[in-house]
Amino acid sequence: MNASAITIPVHAPAPALPSPWLAMGGVLRRDLRLALRRKAEWLGAVFFFVLVAALFPLAIGPEPATLRLIGPGVLWVAALLASMLSLGRLFEADHQDGSLEQLALSAAPLPWLVSAKLLAHWLISGLPLVLLSPLLGLQFGLGPEALGMLVLTLLIGTPVLSLLGAIGAALTLGVRGGGVLQSLLLLPLYVPVLVFGTGAVDAQMRGLGAEAHVSVLLALLLGSAAFSPWACAAALRLALE
Amino acid sequence: MASWVLTAMDLACQKAQRTLFEGVSFSVPAGSWLHIEGGNGCGKTSLLRILCGLSPAARGQVIWPAPGNTESARSSSSSTSAHLRPDRSVLHYIGHALGLKPDLSACENLCADAQVSGLALSRAQALQALAAQGLQSRAHLPVRVLSQGQRQGVALARLRTSPARLWILDEPLVGLDAQATATARALLQSHVDAGGAVVMTSHHDVGLQGPGARLQLGRA
Repeated sequence: MNASAITIPVHAPAPALPSPWLAMGGVLRRDLRLALRRKAEWLGAVFFFVLVAALFPLAIGPEPATLRLIGPGVLWVAALLASMLSLGRLFEADHQDGSLEQLALSAAPLPWLVSAKLLAHWLISGLPLVLLSPLLGLQFGLGPEALGMLVLTLLIGTPVLSLLGAIGAALTLGVRGGGVLQSLLLLPLYVPVLVFGTGAVDAQMRGLGAEAHVSVLLALLLGSAAFSPWACAAALRLALE
Repeated sequence: MASWVLTAMDLACQKAQRTLFEGVSFSVPAGSWLHIEGGNGCGKTSLLRILCGLSPAARGQVIWPAPGNTESARSSSSSTSAHLRPDRSVLHYIGHALGLKPDLSACENLCADAQVSGLALSRAQALQALAAQGLQSRAHLPVRVLSQGQRQGVALARLRTSPARLWILDEPLVGLDAQATATARALLQSHVDAGGAVVMTSHHDVGLQGPGARLQLGRA
C-alpha cells in the first residue's frame, strides 16, 4: 500500500448552514446539465409536437377557414400530449440511480427541490413548445392576434401541465405499467387547462376578449404551483419507503 | 469532543406481512462503529433505511443526533405530528444505488451532489477527495464508463467531502480491489478515530479498531 492511499479525510470547511437556495440552484443546474448531455430525451417530445402540428394541415387539406378553426385546438392538444410524453421519466432516472434518496435526505426541504426540478423540466421541455408555437401556428393561417394569444396561453398553460403531470409521475413512480395509470390520472386534470387555453385563443379570434380565460389559466397556474410541489414530495417519500 | 449518540429502540420491520426483525435496540456513540451482519434478506438494508429516516419502522423509534450535536432529535413511528427527519448535515447514506449520475463526470458528480444538499464544494476540493480515493486519473470521465468498483470509489470519495459525522453505509466495500479496500478501511478508521461514527453492513470483515459492536440480524 503506498503512502498516498491513506490520507486524512478532507472535510469541507463547514459552511454556516446548508442553504436551501443553493440546493435549489444545484438541482436546477444539475438537471439542465444532464439535459444538455442527453438531448435525445427531451428533443423527442419537441419533435413529436412539431410533427403532429405539421401533419395536421397536410391531412386536413388547404382550406384556410377550416385550418384556422382547428389550429389552436390542434396545437394545444399536441402540446398537451408532448408534455405527457416527457413527464414519464421526470423522476424515473433519479429513482433508479439513487439520487432521489440523496434529495430526500438533503437539508433543503424536498418540496423546494421538487420545484427546482419542475422548473428545469419546464425550461427543457415546455419552453421550446412555447417558442415554436407561433411558427407552427402560421401553418394554420392564424392571425397575429391569435398567434400572440396562443403563445401567451401556452406560456401560462405548459407550466400547469408540468406541475400537474409531476404529481402523476411521482404517484406512479416505481409502479409497473405506470405510464397507462399516469395517463388515466392526468387526463381529467389536464382537461380544464386545455379548455381554457383553446377557449382563450378562440375568443381572441372572434374578437370577444380573452381576459376571463387567461385569468382562469393564471389561477390554475398559481393553484398548482402552490400545491403540486408538496403533493409530489409526499408521493416521492411514499415511493422511497 | 462533541458527545452525541444514535439510538435505536426496539425497532421492528415488516415487509409484505412478514416480520423481518423485531426488538432491535442499540446505540452508536460518537467515535464508534456498528457492523450489522446477517444473511441475505434478513433486513440489513431495511434497517439502514430506517436509520436514515427514509422508511418508517413498524415499531420502535430512532433518536438521531441533532445538527450541531447539542441535543438529540427524536422520531417515533407512533407520533405523527412532530416527525423529525435527519438530513445530510447529520448523516451520510450510501445505499445500493450510489446516487451517481452516469452522464456526469466523477468530479461533476461530487460538486453537483454537494450543491443539491445545500453545501458549497469547489472543484479543487472534489478533485482532492477523488485523488485521496486513488481516482485522480478518472476524475473527468463520465461515471457511466467507470467500473463498478470505481463507482463505489467515487461514492466513498463523497464521504470525504461530507460534513456529516454519522455515516450509514450499505456494503461500502463491494467491488473494491485490494488497494481500494485498504484505502476505504483507512478512511472509515480515521473517521471513527476523529470522533465520527460508522454504521454499516458488509459481508467482509472490515476490521475496524476502537470501540465498536457487531449486530447479528437473524431470521425471525
